[in-house]
Amino acid sequence: MGQQIVNGLFLGSIYALFALGYTLVFGVLDILNLAHQAVFMLCAFLALTLVSLAHLHILLALPLATVAAGLVGILVERVAFRPLRGRADSNVAGLISSLAVATIFESIALGLWGPDVSRFPLGTVPERQLHLGGAVVQELQLVIIGIAVLMVLGLTFLLQRTRLGRQIRAVAESGFAARVLGIDVDRVIALSFFISSALGGAAGVLFGLAFNSISPDVGRSVELKGLAVIIVGGMGSMPGAVIAGFGLGLVETFTVARFGSSYRDAVAFAVLFLVLLVRPRGLLGQAATRVA
Amino acid sequence: MTALLQVEDLRVQYGHVRAVSGVSLSVGEGSVVALIGPNGAGKSSTLNAIGGLVPVAGGRVLLEGREVTGLPSHRALAAGLVVVPEGRAILARMSVEENLRVAVESRRGLVPRARHAALIDEQCARFPVLGERRRQPAGALSGGEQQLLAMSRALLARPRVLLLDEPSMGLAPLMVRRIFEVVEEIHRQGTTVLLVEQNARLALQVSQHAYVLERGRIVIEGPSAALAADPRVRAAYLGGEASAG
Repeated sequence: MGQQIVNGLFLGSIYALFALGYTLVFGVLDILNLAHQAVFMLCAFLALTLVSLAHLHILLALPLATVAAGLVGILVERVAFRPLRGRADSNVAGLISSLAVATIFESIALGLWGPDVSRFPLGTVPERQLHLGGAVVQELQLVIIGIAVLMVLGLTFLLQRTRLGRQIRAVAESGFAARVLGIDVDRVIALSFFISSALGGAAGVLFGLAFNSISPDVGRSVELKGLAVIIVGGMGSMPGAVIAGFGLGLVETFTVARFGSSYRDAVAFAVLFLVLLVRPRGLLGQAATRVA
Repeated sequence: MTALLQVEDLRVQYGHVRAVSGVSLSVGEGSVVALIGPNGAGKSSTLNAIGGLVPVAGGRVLLEGREVTGLPSHRALAAGLVVVPEGRAILARMSVEENLRVAVESRRGLVPRARHAALIDEQCARFPVLGERRRQPAGALSGGEQQLLAMSRALLARPRVLLLDEPSMGLAPLMVRRIFEVVEEIHRQGTTVLLVEQNARLALQVSQHAYVLERGRIVIEGPSAALAADPRVRAAYLGGEASAG
């Protein structure tokens, strides 16, 4: 039981990090960035390369790859979203152009690292097992949960207590009001993409470490889960994404333990339907606000 | 007198629709200048173009003789052109205090961080309705209170020229009077104001100089007292009442 909870939290922490990045950009731009899963994948490969070729310690490779993912996010915004801004169909157009970016990134990964599964070299991560009140838990799982929780807390602090965080929330609520207040909206959007992609990239590295298997299409399965998480959490809601991310991780783990792994996604998505039946806007979705 | 704000032959266009077709006006330091006219005359477009909120299609805007034409809004604000737009642009989901904080943080480098809290307290003391509700979402305020919040935010950005768009819109008469008291107070404290207002009577009372805008052009201008007595203005904008003013 305790072991299942740790497994669920561990999986959920990766979903939560991934979905936070998704929902952050959605909140700011009302656009789904479909390149998010490709950044997740690229960042995992980058960390792998830093560890296996440059022989960096993973605790150094992780932050480096995370920052690189953030920079890739800025590039994605510049190339796939900014040129379309102001168009009447910018939402759909952005969806398509970000899908194009994802495809390009996957092709690059295919060219650089090949179609086969790549693995971190042995000894990259601790392989000790810990005994916690009868449950056997991988030390790595606890480390991953810890890193994810720290990043979520850091993001919360940033959004609630800093100038940039207030500006991000202002842009998310109303681009016009943000401009009236003298906020450089383009800069805030670019930085939101940096943060979003850094979170998605970090999730990718943690995912790669956890399952020790990275391939160019590794982001695809997580993409769908991430979408489910932000819908259940409430589009644009950060706390919603965290709760739903951990929730999905727990549901999946318990489904596997109880019914076997074939039913994992079926049960997970059935829960999604149930939540949406009860709360159509998601767990913490904003009611449509009317601005005078 | 060299004007603090000088607008020359300003043009604004939305697609093929011309909203402002060559407006020239000047606003002297420390004065209140009113821009009146019917709906759709281009008053708001003029104001928003000066403040960088809509693109300028032609002409020039000079602030203290420096060209500020077509700056993006955050640069226009940094230069001292601060707009309180029609509809007030309140951040409804954020608290009253956060609305003020975002405003005080907008001009980086102008106000040291250590002073931010004190400046917000100052605004809350000045407008007690805001102080009493500073932790509440700004969307919970009444229309008049939101207008006070919007003006309070604008003052925190330290305007050289405060560009006020329809501050009385949608407000009850008592609140309209309160808002105009605040405009006069702001003026007395030395802030220069360019005021767009449907309520021509109030606008001419509170201002020293005024322009009448019709179909994107200035048709009448002069000292506000003279305009209030002008039969054309009286007939069109003051309801033609003999006792007006």
